Amino acid sequence: MKRLILGMAALTTVALAGPTVAADYPDRPVSVMVAYSPGGATDFQARIVTMMAGDEKYLGQPIVIVNKPGAGGKVGWSAFATSGGTDGYELAAYNIPHFIAQSIKFKTKYTIDNLEPIANWGADPAVLVVGKDSPFNTVGDLVTYAKENPGKVTVSGAGLFVGHHIAYLQMEKATGVKLAYVPHKGGAPALKSVIGGQVMAGVNNLSDAFRSQDSLKILAIADNERNTEFLPDVPTFKEAGFDVDDSSVNFRGLMVRKGTPPDVIEKLAKAVPEMFKDPKVAKQMKAGGSPLKIMNREEVQAMWQRREDYLKELLKDL
Amino acid sequence: MEFLYHFGPVFTLSSMAILCAGTIGGLLLGATPGLSPTMAVALLIPFTFHMDPAQGLMLLGAAYTATVAGGAVSAILLKIPGAPANIATALDGYAMARKGEGAKALQLCFISSFIGGVLGVLVLIFLTPVLAQWALSFGPSHLFWIAILGVTIIGSLDSKSVVKGLLAGCIGLWIAMIGYDSIQGVERFIFSEHLEGGVHIIAALIGLFAIPQVIEMLEGGRHKRTFEMVEVKPHSVWKSVGITLGHPRALTIGGIVGVIIGLIPGAGGQIAGLVSYDQARRFSPDREKFGSGQAEGVIAAETANNAMVGPSLVPLLTLSVPGSPTAAVLLGGLLIHGIFPGPNLFVQHPDVAWAFINSLLVGQFLMMIFGLYIAGLAAHVVRIPPAILASGILVLAVFGAYSVQNSQSDVVVMLALGIGMYFLQQYGFSPAPLVLGVILGPIAESNYVQGRIIAQAGDGMFSYFCLGTMNLVLISLVVLSIFYSVATEIRMRRLDSLGEIAT
Repeated sequence: MKRLILGMAALTTVALAGPTVAADYPDRPVSVMVAYSPGGATDFQARIVTMMAGDEKYLGQPIVIVNKPGAGGKVGWSAFATSGGTDGYELAAYNIPHFIAQSIKFKTKYTIDNLEPIANWGADPAVLVVGKDSPFNTVGDLVTYAKENPGKVTVSGAGLFVGHHIAYLQMEKATGVKLAYVPHKGGAPALKSVIGGQVMAGVNNLSDAFRSQDSLKILAIADNERNTEFLPDVPTFKEAGFDVDDSSVNFRGLMVRKGTPPDVIEKLAKAVPEMFKDPKVAKQMKAGGSPLKIMNREEVQAMWQRREDYLKELLKDL
Repeated sequence: MEFLYHFGPVFTLSSMAILCAGTIGGLLLGATPGLSPTMAVALLIPFTFHMDPAQGLMLLGAAYTATVAGGAVSAILLKIPGAPANIATALDGYAMARKGEGAKALQLCFISSFIGGVLGVLVLIFLTPVLAQWALSFGPSHLFWIAILGVTIIGSLDSKSVVKGLLAGCIGLWIAMIGYDSIQGVERFIFSEHLEGGVHIIAALIGLFAIPQVIEMLEGGRHKRTFEMVEVKPHSVWKSVGITLGHPRALTIGGIVGVIIGLIPGAGGQIAGLVSYDQARRFSPDREKFGSGQAEGVIAAETANNAMVGPSLVPLLTLSVPGSPTAAVLLGGLLIHGIFPGPNLFVQHPDVAWAFINSLLVGQFLMMIFGLYIAGLAAHVVRIPPAILASGILVLAVFGAYSVQNSQSDVVVMLALGIGMYFLQQYGFSPAPLVLGVILGPIAESNYVQGRIIAQAGDGMFSYFCLGTMNLVLISLVVLSIFYSVATEIRMRRLDSLGEIAT
């Protein structure tokens, strides 16, 4: 019903305003669909980075977060790609590599071809963690043990075909050892099983692991460079001698449906990265232990394409 | 006793105003079907952005406490549990309201919520360091057995026949399977686009309880006016205090069950009320009267679901591991203010941490005071003519189901389940065991799947699932529970057949 009203309102706007639509855009609040439940990392970051939208410098209209969780994001993104508005008043948050991996692995209604990125706000790399009392102190220790005991090392992560799982698959490929992946219903329960000693190791978000350092050891980070801001002493997988790159890094940003008028996209692509750069946003994000990574539309388009190509290759044999 | 020292900032004018606002808002949100405590807290987090961290958390703490108790209002008056935690409250509470004892039921509910809530917060204050590690030691095998323990009470819950109860439970387990499997992501039973996201527990809850209710009310039409015309009996608050304290067994069972289940991450505090209700019935001499408006049932259920609030925060505050969905949302609220829960929380931010815990404690008092006030007013709901009440409930049901995930599909699923439940009720099935199946199915399944992967990597299935002290304790509880149900059923059958011979 709401969508119908919005749609009708949009039609009227188009009919009345004609070609000057972008000039007035946006003249009412804009919604952002988050495909995860309220309180999760994506939801919580989306709320922070959009809180300044009402400022005249940026959109001049507030952004409202609408949660549509379910099935690891599939429910929300399916609904968005099939019935979301294309008038620029309905945006969605994306999680890379999740939605790309899902679109390759399952017959989803969304692919990178029917969605248009606006800008990226964050990048949360995956890290390899073990419990405080674990005998493993380096990735090497873990790999040596796993070589002697193939299939015996249990590794937790948040579900299948999400960033954690991609990092796990890369790790198996780079080290040539067989491990046992234990999917959980989200990052928090997966981390809990490492701290509680139910599994021997885990792949988890840098931001969450960073906060739990008192009960964990962080062995390596699945990125191209060390994270100097939060974990300057933790080596990358490459430094530890294993070829795992940044393909599993969880990128978060905003997108619209394909078919949104180009001038609207242009306006958003210009204003949104500036909004993410607002000092107040940076302060809140840092307070929450969430790394900021602001990328403009062109950079995100290139990043989506690189991920798509790489993931097709990696997931081919599964 | 450090917490006493930090009571100062809670009793300032602005803090008390925030606490009152959080409590009243929480009670109203909680009483609205579909707005669970998790949702309510998530909705309030943006309001804390511009507040001082301690006050922001006071708002969230007060709202959390009040929404859990507020869910009982609609459970008692309309038989629509505000959240899964209030299912057990509806069983006897609604029966009491039908007899005109709505005010009494609500008073009992808020007083026992208060007792349970204070107990839970005291456990959080004094036993956190001891219990935190213990709470984390629960792994997939233990959670699997806990879910199975829950399954064993399905048969005896709110139905006259164990077989019908179990059948309803099976339907519930099947409904829980619809949608993408949460671990492997495989599609199951998705025949319609509305089922893509699976059946959300809140949508199921509203549909199964509210819709048969609405249909029954409308069936009477305009002629059967007598159906709803119950006299609302006013009830003295002091008498209610007396009644509540007169049920030490229900209070003890509720308190213990609530604290233990609240502590276990992933067990779902929502079953605390149901387990406590079931245990209270088993130990009660008046067990046959449960379901027909027994005060003891309301007391046991409400004590437990509020006793769960404090302990459910133990793993969050000490180890930064959220044990429940609501705790995960609260974690977001803490992080936004740059406060990282964990072992150093009480060292680095004692003012904020204690202000939050103290607000939970003060929130219990406010919840009881405002709740008792609402109880007096709300009990008059039953005097509304059935046709109007039915349409009111229908509006609330649709609104509630839609607001869970902003999805039209949830409304369709809610209505379909409700209409199905109406027909099942004609054959003596009841919604409580069905909903319990929906809740327990995913817990049992996902923990079994995870446990199997871990077991295969380790020492094998038998030793992982069946050995170890905690597993053995849980298995013996399961066996005891089954044995008890069978024994009761046999005794009942024998009584029935004796009765038949006598006549």
